[in-house]
Amino acid sequence: MAILLVADHENGELKDTTAKTLTAAKAIGGDVDILVAGDNVDAAKAAAALAGVRKVLTASSPALGQGLAEAFEALIVPLAANYDVVLVPSTSQGKNFAPRIAAKLDVSQVSDIVEVVAPDTFVRPIYAGNALETVRSAQAKQVITVRPTAFKPAEGGGSAAIEAIDAGAGSAHSRFVGEEKVKSDRPELGAAKIVVSGGRALGSAEEFNAVIDPLADKLGAAVGASRAAVDAGYAPNDYQVGQTGKVVAPELYIAIGISGAIQHLAGMKDSKVIVAINKDPEAPIFQVADYGWVADYKTAVPELMSALG
Amino acid sequence: MKVLVPVKRVIDYNIKARVKADQSGVELANVKMSINPFCEIAVEEATRLREKGVAEDVLAVSIGPQQAQETLRTAMAIGADRALLLQCDTDLEPLAVAKALKAVAETEKPDLILMGKQAIDGDNNAVGQMLAALLGWPQATFASKVEVAGGKATVTREVDGGLQTLEIDLPAVVTVDLRLNEPRYASLPNIMKAKKKPLEIKPVGDLGVDVAPKLSVVKVTEPPKRSAGVKVEGAADLVAKLKSVGVL
Repeated sequence: MAILLVADHENGELKDTTAKTLTAAKAIGGDVDILVAGDNVDAAKAAAALAGVRKVLTASSPALGQGLAEAFEALIVPLAANYDVVLVPSTSQGKNFAPRIAAKLDVSQVSDIVEVVAPDTFVRPIYAGNALETVRSAQAKQVITVRPTAFKPAEGGGSAAIEAIDAGAGSAHSRFVGEEKVKSDRPELGAAKIVVSGGRALGSAEEFNAVIDPLADKLGAAVGASRAAVDAGYAPNDYQVGQTGKVVAPELYIAIGISGAIQHLAGMKDSKVIVAINKDPEAPIFQVADYGWVADYKTAVPELMSALG
Repeated sequence: MKVLVPVKRVIDYNIKARVKADQSGVELANVKMSINPFCEIAVEEATRLREKGVAEDVLAVSIGPQQAQETLRTAMAIGADRALLLQCDTDLEPLAVAKALKAVAETEKPDLILMGKQAIDGDNNAVGQMLAALLGWPQATFASKVEVAGGKATVTREVDGGLQTLEIDLPAVVTVDLRLNEPRYASLPNIMKAKKKPLEIKPVGDLGVDVAPKLSVVKVTEPPKRSAGVKVEGAADLVAKLKSVGVL
């Protein structure tokens, strides 16, 4: 079995989602090649250093750097002839291009797997994580997206060869206009060990920043938010944790003023330890919280800050 | 301009899905069903394009059982002009749905296909991208802003780390994200009017596309339950407990 793993990387740095997807690849078994595609492919060195990689392919073009799905299709569909499995991390970029490739290969994609049961059998969450579906795919070729938080990162210590390949053409029908990145010095939400999340109870963007940010900084945590907080404009879209936002599984998740709707739980219920601070003792979040504190955040968060010293 | 809006009938988003005891799937008998929330946003956006005079014809399409007619009536009450139900009693895989929609697109020749980014039952997030690929059209997924003018669409997309703007030539497929708009409530007069709008029904088999499943569901199980937690008395108690389990 030969597996092509499409790396997640940015600005020359390999994201740990790639190492986590590699663990899923190893569970499927076979020779794993990593494809680093973009305008900057410096992350190939880090990819080659992951243990158990056969080789690293690099493909460089501006359209790939801009993440255009059509460019990824043009690159990966011909390449897939050499592989049995194309494995893509379920990031916004991976979700964007992987189904395009699957359709071109006439393959039913297996989306967002959280477990490899056998080389052709996978577990994936459905219904906002309220059910787990085990699916078997007898297809000769597989396109699979992997939920990175469900796998441990593969170790380093490898030294695979790096080979540049032709980047393929993009589509003339889609053009990159611009982007607006949210600047943050905090750990990345998807990879953070601790996440502090705020909900609608915070009441305003100023309050969100004044309450959540200092606690996150004290804990070295990433900041998350419920959809209600994002929709109300208290936090940027990118902070949203849930079925429609990011799926996180940190060591510690602290939910402040979040009721715990099904859609939010879908994004965080695999966290190791969940703490809920909410003044409503009936809030559904308490049903999944390991430690629940029924208190107004206005008094609880400052107390917590001082208890942390 | 003609806009095609695929819509799906799914379990209502407020209902917690329950797994059947025989592990064959999720219990859907006597469960409230509704239009998939992302599809509703797509219908709203198509309706707004119509109100701006950009779109002249908005066709809502659903693939599903007889009852999916209700979903299509909902779409027409929001503003779709007409509807097509491709009747099918099993839940099709995204690839099969994309193939069926491709056949519809080839007949109807829409300039724009607006659809939800994912259905909240299968959580696949795949049909739009697959449809774009099969048609050979450009795509813009996870749209939070859509402007259509001069045979092009300028779409702002929600991506990890922020927002990205693309310009795509029409015809194209755009999948919508939650923040694109707030769907209107259908008014009673519009619900009544929607009953008179044309709704065509034909079996999905008439399209002549292969919709046979390629994946088999081995079982559907409940996710592991989290063990019941404890209430803490205050900050010092909480910090001590977090330290004792090693997360602080």
